[in-house]
Amino acid sequence: MAVPQDCKYTQTHEWFKVEGNTITVGISRFAADELTDITYVELPEIGSEVTAGEDFGEIESVKATSGLFCAVSGKVIAANERLADEPELVNDDPFGEGWMIKIECTDLSPLEKLLDAAAYEKMIAE
Amino acid sequence: MLQTPLINFHRDSGARLVDFAGWEMPVYYEGLIKEHNYTRQHATFFDVSHMGRVEFRGDGAADLLEKLNTRRIGNMQVGQCRYSHMCREDGGILDDVIVSRLEDCFLVVCNASNREKLLGWWDRQKIGFDVTIEDKTMKTGMIAVQGPEAMETMDRFLPIDLGDLKRYHCATGRAYGADYVIARSGYTGEDGFEVIMPAHLAPTALNMLISQSAEFGRPIKPAGLGARDSLRTEAGMPLYGHELSEDWDSITAGQGWCVHLDKNFIGKETLQRVKDEGPSKTLVGFEVDSKRTPRQDAPVVNNGEQVGVITSGLASPTLGKVIAMGFVPPALSKLGTTVEIDLGRTRLPAIVVPLPFYKKPKK
Repeated sequence: MAVPQDCKYTQTHEWFKVEGNTITVGISRFAADELTDITYVELPEIGSEVTAGEDFGEIESVKATSGLFCAVSGKVIAANERLADEPELVNDDPFGEGWMIKIECTDLSPLEKLLDAAAYEKMIAE
Repeated sequence: MLQTPLINFHRDSGARLVDFAGWEMPVYYEGLIKEHNYTRQHATFFDVSHMGRVEFRGDGAADLLEKLNTRRIGNMQVGQCRYSHMCREDGGILDDVIVSRLEDCFLVVCNASNREKLLGWWDRQKIGFDVTIEDKTMKTGMIAVQGPEAMETMDRFLPIDLGDLKRYHCATGRAYGADYVIARSGYTGEDGFEVIMPAHLAPTALNMLISQSAEFGRPIKPAGLGARDSLRTEAGMPLYGHELSEDWDSITAGQGWCVHLDKNFIGKETLQRVKDEGPSKTLVGFEVDSKRTPRQDAPVVNNGEQVGVITSGLASPTLGKVIAMGFVPPALSKLGTTVEIDLGRTRLPAIVVPLPFYKKPKK
């Protein structure tokens, strides 16, 4: 399964896309497919702080509830409000309209430990 | 992992396969909600070959099954099926099963996760009874066809008249040189049937079902275990490991209707006591005022204190709201009672509502 080359990935299937100091976060198509029909996404409030190594929110599907893992620390500067009424955007377009939050981040170093696209593709192929 | 006779169909259809009770089973094919809705509106089929199918044969079969089952078995007529529980002396539920009386034997259909345990239990309990117990699970396949169009569509293709088959009744027949059993039953809250056939014929039977229903213009589509779970939850049907467990009894689980205390069976004394004294907790339905779904083991809270626990929760595709089942003290089980469900970071307001959540519309 091909994934966008310009993102970094966690073992738990979140993607992180860096543009300057802003990092956009979502989950991969593999994860969205695994979860099946997504019914609810709990996101942090704009202005709140998220911490590397902790959950920034929760995602619910018909089947299960899972945590959303944050790989970086920073301030939430945007949250995808459309997901409140259209959580299925995560299933339909996980790398695009199904994005979750944007974080303003000063320390990008934790991203170095994440998987690049090739390594992530290899992981989900196994 | 064990595989059903229909594993190739699942793989070829691109189903997402998981380990379910040791079986490689499809969770969904195209999408859980799609399959759920198609079942409610049209008809789907489910591979339920993973479920245990065990024959009880011999002069002592009826007596042994009477001893094993909470529900009366001895007065069953040939062609009848009964939902029942089996439990231990202390009332702990071993499984929920469907017992069918065939011409020459009784057929017990049990949960895949409990089959090995039950085979051992039955082996110990059968001493002194003239009975042979034969596990036919691996030799047979089982397909459930469910939905408002199930009976009408399939009536055109099956050699028996489905219209004559009453709910919770079964018929046997021979086709292509093999015996099959067909029962008007299911686990979705819809009309439909379940058919058991020799394993080697199951793929052919399925192909016929798919192609002929499509030719008829009423395609019957595949649905996976995901939709099976969401459909049964809407229908308020208990699932072993959720609403049913060895840790409590059938009356507590809200299934007292299948407990016959005017006959003898293993666990009767305990169940009589539960009935006389009243259960300490009881299973209820909740409607949750939130978009969030409570899951199994989420605490039910009243006045800040945990009073119960959730067993199943679902963002109901049919009803468009969040529903759940769970245990509360009898004092909090009245319809309209409000409680909270603890999701860790947040608490959801919930109200006790009648079960089932969904009833199929009357024709």
